[in-house]
Formats: sequence, structure tokens, C-alpha cells
Amino acid sequence: MTLKTKLCGVTLKNPLIMASGTFGFGAEFAEYMDLSALGGICSKGLTLHPKQGNYGSRMWETPAGMMNSVGLQNPGVACFISDELPRMRRSGAAVIANLGGGTVEEYVEGARLLDSADIDLLELNISCPNVKEGGANFGIDPEVAAGVVSAVRGAFRGPMMVKLSPNAHDIVDMALACEAAGADALSLVNTFKAMAIDIHRRGPVFRNVSAGLSGPAIKPIALRMVYEVAGAVKVPVVGLGGIATATDALEFILAGAAAVQIGTASFVKPDIALDILAGIEEYMERNKVKDLRELRGAARL
Amino acid sequence: MPYQTATVDENIEISPGVFSMLVPCADRAEAGQFYMLRKPRASVLLPRPISVCDLKGGRLRFLYQVVGRGTEELAALRPGDELCLTGPLGNGFPVGQASGKIALVGGGIGVAPMLYTARCLRELGVAVDCIMGYRDSVFLTEELGRAAGRLLIATESGAHGHKGLVTALLEPRRYTAVYACGPTPMLRAVTALCQKAGTAVYVSLENKMACGLGACLVCACADRQGKNRRVCKDGPVFRGEDLDLDA
Repeated sequence: MTLKTKLCGVTLKNPLIMASGTFGFGAEFAEYMDLSALGGICSKGLTLHPKQGNYGSRMWETPAGMMNSVGLQNPGVACFISDELPRMRRSGAAVIANLGGGTVEEYVEGARLLDSADIDLLELNISCPNVKEGGANFGIDPEVAAGVVSAVRGAFRGPMMVKLSPNAHDIVDMALACEAAGADALSLVNTFKAMAIDIHRRGPVFRNVSAGLSGPAIKPIALRMVYEVAGAVKVPVVGLGGIATATDALEFILAGAAAVQIGTASFVKPDIALDILAGIEEYMERNKVKDLRELRGAARL
Repeated sequence: MPYQTATVDENIEISPGVFSMLVPCADRAEAGQFYMLRKPRASVLLPRPISVCDLKGGRLRFLYQVVGRGTEELAALRPGDELCLTGPLGNGFPVGQASGKIALVGGGIGVAPMLYTARCLRELGVAVDCIMGYRDSVFLTEELGRAAGRLLIATESGAHGHKGLVTALLEPRRYTAVYACGPTPMLRAVTALCQKAGTAVYVSLENKMACGLGACLVCACADRQGKNRRVCKDGPVFRGEDLDLDA
């Protein structure tokens, strides 16, 4: 039985990737699980310059989900490369650097630094809903998105995956635009723009008013989007959004995803990705599936 | 054991809305550390950060206040029910470096970590006073009275001890250091009093958390330099003067 997954030239030992922003740089989880058992780890969202992130409340729990407004707090690309990357590399999982930005120039400069760094894959984040300048805007309009993707394509020679926002006007248009602009793979979806109101203060919980919703609550919508995009593009699709069980992960793979990302679920149980992996293996054994690739898109009509 | 499932031994309401839970556990936790607690198949998504109230005879004690659905579900656990624990987490109070006489100041459910802290300090031969503030009804006072050299109580209602805020009872000059846990206004006032007296002050924060491991950054607080500190990983205990508690 093999779960080996090829993603735009990168070989993952299995299709489980830890989603950006939920797994730090991996080290935070090292004493809770064997990181080398993972297919890949996406770094915390990076920006060219260090970022302090947002003030005020950063988290609000919802039924079957949570909203966050961290605002891309990160040490900056250069500090990532010198301080975090060597340890992340030693984890044994594929290293995926997630890069965000406020302007096209910032994206390009960050990508240039990462171009000479020892990473397996770049995940271009055009979908963070929590930064005011740019970020999410790049993920809403396909023309704007194509602009930043092709600019980064010119600065980064390695494999590049673009992470899409579910807040895009039309997710399929967005996916096609990013593919045409040079994306080697697409990951979707990031968090949904959402909000909460504090009825005692009679004001929004978050200073930015809106925040990003993740967790099991968004899974059915994320799955529908992955199904639609996988039917429209030729590049591999990585599915994410509320995956918490092996069943969830298998649904995304059957919808056409080549790999999946685990995010919020790691907060419930630090090593939940390994439970999901064991569940996929058990499913494959029970159904005599020799190669996980047999399942990719098998539910498509 | 960083992640484990344990069986609840006891879970009783010791004061209106305040519960005490005993869980067998082989861990060695430090005073002021916490665990992420979750009921299996809970209706809420995230575990809840709850500080270690005591650890003896191979049993962890947690004291927690019911404030929402998550803690309501913890309160509904019965002896024999399962509980998922991640921990012990965070840095804890610097009991290893303590000397002379320490004041432990707790406000509301912030008294919870002070029992184990008092016992750890006494075991090291350090003198301890407990100064505890409550709104109206008091809890944990018997155990704190036994663990500390002296126990002072304040209630806002005047039902027990001094009528007013706990800070009225704190004379920082008498102590080599003050450890505090409670609502932010209390931590701010305790820090100000200690700074004026030149007494070292350590405060334990109770921010909302998601991962508890230092990865998600939702529990961040600001220090005096405007830099973010992770309450779960860099804390929950910080030097009072290092934090910007108004941010």
C-alpha cells in the first residue's frame, strides 16, 4: 500500500500537510508527535518584513469552528530562513514556505529571498482575510491575483502553489486565472470572512470587525469548492477547510484533491494528523486500495 | 505524557459556579503551569486552558469556573468519565529561585494556581502569605490556610474578611516577591504597588487560547517594548513590569 503523493515535482511520503498558521514552524509540535511521519509542513504565513499582527481579541470560538484575527504576525522571511528553516528541514517532512504580502513588490522581494532558500515548495498566500493592506484583496479579484502570481513566478524558480480564498468572487475563475499566471498547484480554501459581536460591549469582537472562520463548520463549503476547482484546472489541487477526521480527508481526495491540509483540528488534539493518517490507511486496507492515487477524484461525476 | 486520556475521580461544585476536579495523572507539573482540558465528543471545538490547582498522591486537581458552554460540559463530567489532557504547559512561577517570603495574590478563580504554588514554596523552605480576593463567597480557603503561613481574605461584598479589593491587603515591602493571578485590573494594581515598593512581581495571565503550544498566536499579549509574547508558551507567568497590561 502506498500513500506517496507527487505534488508538482515534490514527493510527499503521504498526502497530509499541516496548514499554515496552525502549526507554527513545526517545532512547537515536535514533542507531541513524530513530525517525520507527516507529508509536509506549511510555515506560519511569512511576509518580507517582520509583522506584529493585530491588536485586541484574536480568537472567538463558534459552534464547530473558530474565528481568528492574528494578522500574519511573523518574524519576516530573512529571520525565517536563518532561524526556523534549518530546524524545519530536520523535521523530515516536506518544507513549504507560506508567503503573504501587502504589495506586489513585497511579494516579489520575499519570493526572491525564498528562491535561494532550502525549501521544497512555495505556498503563495493571496488569501489572508486579516491584513488590511492587500492580502485578502489579492485573493478576491482574478485579474489582481494573476498580477501577483505572475510577478512572483518571475522571481521564484521552484514549485509554487497558490492558496486561494473562499471569499473570491468566483472560485473557479480565480483558480483558472492563477493557473494561467503560472501556479504549479492550488491549495484551497483559506478562512471565510466572518464576524462576531460582543453583546455586552455592543461592539464587534474584533478590531478589524471581520475575522477568518475555520474548523469543521466550513468543511462542506470547502469541499464543494475543491470539487469545482479540481474539475476545472489541470494543476494538482490541495484541499483544506475543516478537515478533522480520516473521512473528511478522504472526501477531499475523492473530490479530486491530490493532497490535503490539516489546520484547526490540530488545536483539538496536537497529533490528530497521525490519527487521520491511520484512518486513511485503514480505509485503504479495508477497501483493498493499493495506491492512494486510485482514490483521487473517484467520486467525481 | 504530553497528550493523554484520563478518568475523572471526582468533580464537585465547591462554591456557586466553581468546580473542583480530581484526575489521576503521573505527570510532574510545575507551580503555575496549566493543561488544555477537553471532554471527549464535546460540543465545543477547543480544549480549555485550566491551571494546576494541586498535584499530590498522583492526582491532579483543577479548579475552574463555569463561564460558558465549554466549562459547563467539564462541570457535567462524572467520576469514571474520560477527560483529554494536553500538558503540563507554560512556564509557571519561578519557585526554584524564590527566597525569603513570598506573597501569593489571587483574585476570583485566579486563586486556583496558588494552592500548589504555596505548597511547592513551603517544601523549599520559603515562607508564604496568601492574600485572596473574592466577589462574595470564598473557596479553597481551608487548604490555602493550611498551606500558607498566613491567609488574608478580601471580599467585595464584605461577606468574608476585609470588605473591598484584595490589593488593600497587600503590603509589598514585607515580601521578597509577589506572585499574582486574577483579572487584569487586579494584575495592573498589584504590579503598580510592587513597582512602587521595589518588590519583584510575577503575574499569570488567563488569555483565551486555541493550541496552547505556542503555534497559533491567538493568545498573544504585548510587552513594554510593544513586542508580542505568547501567553501559552512564553507565559502564562511574566514579570509584571515587562508587560503592557493596557494594550
